[in-house]
Amino acid sequence: MIKRIIALALLIGVGLIFTTLMVTYEPDANLNLTARYYAEHTASDVGSANIVTAIVVTYRGLDTLGEVTVLFLASSIIGLVLSLGKKQNKTLRNLVPVGELLTTGNLYLAPIIMLLGVYVFVNGHLTPGGGFQGGAIIASSMLLLLLADPLKQFSHTLISLVESLSGFVYVALGVLGIVLAGSFLDNRILPLGHFGDLISAGAIPLIYSLIGLKVGAEFSSMLANLSEMEDL
Amino acid sequence: MAYIAMATGFLLILIGFYGALTNRNLLRMIVAFTIADSGINIVIIAIGYMHGRTAPILDAVVPAAEALNRIIDPVPQALVLTAIVIGVGVTALMLAFAYKLYERKGTLDIAKFTELKW
Repeated sequence: MIKRIIALALLIGVGLIFTTLMVTYEPDANLNLTARYYAEHTASDVGSANIVTAIVVTYRGLDTLGEVTVLFLASSIIGLVLSLGKKQNKTLRNLVPVGELLTTGNLYLAPIIMLLGVYVFVNGHLTPGGGFQGGAIIASSMLLLLLADPLKQFSHTLISLVESLSGFVYVALGVLGIVLAGSFLDNRILPLGHFGDLISAGAIPLIYSLIGLKVGAEFSSMLANLSEMEDL
Repeated sequence: MAYIAMATGFLLILIGFYGALTNRNLLRMIVAFTIADSGINIVIIAIGYMHGRTAPILDAVVPAAEALNRIIDPVPQALVLTAIVIGVGVTALMLAFAYKLYERKGTLDIAKFTELKW
C-alpha cells in the first residue's frame, strides 16, 4: 500500500513537470536553423526526395552506422543469453495444432509481405519508408512463418551471412565515400541522377537496401532465437 | 492538434511509468516500458509538428523551392526513427533476460529476486 502511494506521488510530480512543459510550449512558426539547412540543401546536395532519409543515411550516416551496431549487439546478446545453459536433449513440445486459415494464409501472405518490405526499403529515398521500416516488415513475414509452423528452424548460417555481408558492404561503401567523394558515407560516389527517380540520390538506395537487409536479418535472428527457447 | 498528440504522449508516458512501478510481474513491466517508450516517441513527433505544414518529402506537390515554408521539422522524425528501432532491440533484450530469470527461479515475480537485497 505504502509503495503504491509513493509511486502515485512520484507520478503526480512527473505529471506536474509534463503539464508545465506543455503549458509553456510554443510551437515554432518557422523552421529552426538545422531544419532550415536540411530543407534548403537536401534537394541539391543529396538529391533525396525524402528529407528524413537524407538525414538518416547521409547527413547523419555515421550515427545510423552506430544504431545498426547497437541493434547487432542487442541481437547477438540475445543469442548469447538464450544459448547459455541450453539443454541439449530437446523435448518435443506439445503444441496446439495450427489452424487451416493460418497455414493457407501464410502460403500467400508471407512472400507478399516480404516483397512489400523490399519495396519499402528500395523506395526509402522517395516515400515515407526506408531500411529500418522495410527490415521490420521482412522480419514480420518471418514471424508469420513462425506462427504457422512454431517448430520451424531458420538457417542461422544464412541469417548471419546476410547480416555480416550487408554490414561489410555498408562500411565499405562508407570508406569508398572518403576515397571518391570526400567524406565517410558520402552518397555522391554514384551520380545523383534525376531528382525523384527510383535510381537517383547517389548511393542512398543502395545503402538503405543494405540497412534494410541487415535490420531484417537482425530482427529475424532475434525471432529465431526467441522461438527456439524451450517451452515455458 | 499538436497539443492533443503531445498530451496523449505524456499520458502514455505516465501510464507506462505507473505500470512499471506498481506491477510485480516482469512481463507486465516490460509491456509498461514499451508503452512509455511509445509515449516518448509521440511527444518528440508532436514537438516537430508545425501547423499547416506537410511531411518533409519533396515531390510535385511540395517542390524543393517551396520546401522552407511547406514542410515540418524533419529532425525529430529522424530521431524517432532511431528511437523506435533501438526500442525494439531493448524490448527483445528485456524479454530474453526475463525468460532466463524465469528459467532460473520458476517465477516472474520481481519480489522473489532477492539476491541484491540487503
